[in-house]
Amino acid sequence: MATVSVRAVRKAFGSTEVLHGVDVEVEDGEFVILVGPSGCGKSTLLRMIAGLENVTRGEIAIGGRVVNNVAPKERDIAMVFQNYALYPHMTVHDNMAFSLSLLNAPKEVIAAKVGRAAEILGLQPYLQRYPRQLSGGQRQRVAMGRAIVRDPQVFLFDEPLSNLDAKLRVAMRAEIKDLHQRLGTTTIYVTHDQIEAMTMADKIVVMNGGNVEQMGGPLDLYDRPDNLFVAGFIGSPAMNFLKGEIRGGAFHTGDVALPLPLQVPSGAQDGRRVIYGIRPEHLLLDAAGVAATVHVTEPTGSETQVIMNLGTTQVVGAFRERITQKPGQSLHIAPDPALVHLFDEKTGTRLS
Amino acid sequence: MDASTWVAKRPTPSALAQLFDNKAFLIAVCLFPAVGLLLVFLTYPLGLGIYLAFTDTEIGGNGHWIGLENFEYLLTDRIFINSVWNTMFYTFVATVGKFALGLWLALLLNHHIPFQSAIRAIILLPYIVPTVLSAIAFWWIYDPQFSIISYVVVDQLHLRDKYFDFLGEPWPARWSLIVANIWRGIPFVAITLLAGLQTISPSLYEAAMLDGASPWQQFRRITAPLLMPILAIVMTFSVLFTFTDFQLVYAITRGGPINSTHLMATLAFQRGIPGAQLGEGAAIAVAMIPFLIFATLFSYYALGNRKWQQGSDND
Ligand SMILES: Nc1ncnc2c1ncn2[C@@H]1O[C@H](COP(=O)(O)OP(=O)(O)O)[C@@H](O)[C@H]1O
Ligand SMILES: [Mg+2]
Repeated sequence: MATVSVRAVRKAFGSTEVLHGVDVEVEDGEFVILVGPSGCGKSTLLRMIAGLENVTRGEIAIGGRVVNNVAPKERDIAMVFQNYALYPHMTVHDNMAFSLSLLNAPKEVIAAKVGRAAEILGLQPYLQRYPRQLSGGQRQRVAMGRAIVRDPQVFLFDEPLSNLDAKLRVAMRAEIKDLHQRLGTTTIYVTHDQIEAMTMADKIVVMNGGNVEQMGGPLDLYDRPDNLFVAGFIGSPAMNFLKGEIRGGAFHTGDVALPLPLQVPSGAQDGRRVIYGIRPEHLLLDAAGVAATVHVTEPTGSETQVIMNLGTTQVVGAFRERITQKPGQSLHIAPDPALVHLFDEKTGTRLS
Repeated sequence: MDASTWVAKRPTPSALAQLFDNKAFLIAVCLFPAVGLLLVFLTYPLGLGIYLAFTDTEIGGNGHWIGLENFEYLLTDRIFINSVWNTMFYTFVATVGKFALGLWLALLLNHHIPFQSAIRAIILLPYIVPTVLSAIAFWWIYDPQFSIISYVVVDQLHLRDKYFDFLGEPWPARWSLIVANIWRGIPFVAITLLAGLQTISPSLYEAAMLDGASPWQQFRRITAPLLMPILAIVMTFSVLFTFTDFQLVYAITRGGPINSTHLMATLAFQRGIPGAQLGEGAAIAVAMIPFLIFATLFSYYALGNRKWQQGSDND
């Protein structure tokens, strides 16, 4: 087990820079998830930690040792690829035993280690099969088994669940989290799916366009997003944003007035133009609230999502109550003032 | 009629369309040209050749059925026995050479190197030039007086004081032919193996690298086994082409000096056409068939058929 430090790392492919100075600290035994939209440089960063891409500028250290010029195989890391990268000509057993056989490990050691990994992952019945003969979820497990057998300092996962169907994805999510709790190995996991990030991570690193937008625990990011990007990226359905200005101790957008947060941020003086953020689940039904026009209702049973027009802005609300209003009718709502976010209109950063 | 009164109804197809929808008819129509061509251009000559091998036909005369007499005679014919050994030696050495060099080139081209596409085009050149033309070029290269190799080694570098006699002695002549054949065969091997290498996913090498495999181990444990199915097919074809080679040998040495470089194909032609012994020539050609079948089966089954390729794809 080991810590991983990424310090001011930049990466350029030719003349295009795709990472613009990234800092990430991973504690020993921590499960860290890099999350961000496609193309933001998550895989590139992970591959640099693995040693599959070289570092253009900055420093990467594993267990306190700077590894910029250390070959991948000397870094003592194991990686699970998005396409699994199983060796098609080897059985499940041989896939998992490959790294050990390269070390000329004794037969008993190989048998013990592969046996243990197969047991953890429930792969014993498939040891003599070839990858072609496995389902997607089983292949995924073999890829993890190959990593476990190595007993590495750090596990790296690159979107390991994105080729699985929705149901299996949820099951594997729990399985990977459970695996991490049992083995306690430092893990860096890449995904574009914020739900995966929220449910699995000890710490989330939100990336966008080659920069780290915010780093923190899942609930920290949910409760106190640093900027508009994180606010909109974390949470589903996404946070509502309303453009307007602060006047007389309230937020005004068009002719709608909404209450300011309970603890009014210091920068929220009268006349300041801000973006008002409120999550759908933090809109409440309130007869004394503002009237919104129902556009579409989407009942899911446990809650009902309502798309509605609030003044000129379309917002989404998620309500525990059953909604009886038909499209075109009005619904009185109010934001929970304890859970309102304010962002600067120009920079998009949080006012606090 | 407007859109609301129109009723969807499929039009009845014409008789011709119905005929073409008939599966049996369609199969017959589609198979006819292929079967016809095969019968006329493959089966007939092959059958005739095999028939001739059991007769004493000469050019211009009608032969008689003589059973195995041609073959019995050939077994006592030193030149024929020699040509069999020559053919096997030629095929073996040339195949090894072609695959060693072709694989090396393919591996080189599979990495990102400068001028990759230009190099690829150059490698294809020997394959594009008509064989007879390249044979004539080699004939010049091997000429006792005008050889460029002799010119460079003797006149320019002064490493030797006598010109090479490439084609005047049996062994130098055999090696010279093998070199020409390897030169000619490399493009086919290199390009097809390159295509095979490019089907191997780069992430397998990355995974192997992280698993701790050195470049040699990556080649031996990943590249080689994954390339084997394609290698087997390429090898089968290459062995067939080399074993039946005629043009290079006939154009460069005509089987000489003193019949020492005859392959079975050139000897068959020599006996059958200029020598007018059609039956005997055919018998030599027929004698090649068992070798070819054996070589094909060996490279196909021993190298090509892999367990991991079977089973269903679950994608
Ligand atoms: N080998 C490469 N050469 C050039 N550009 C690349 C290469 N790999 C990735 N990129 C670029 O770097 C950016 C980040 O890619 P990547 O790390 O794969 O994104 P993500 O994994 O977050 O979707 C993308 O714009 C991509 O086009
Ligand atoms: Mg990626």
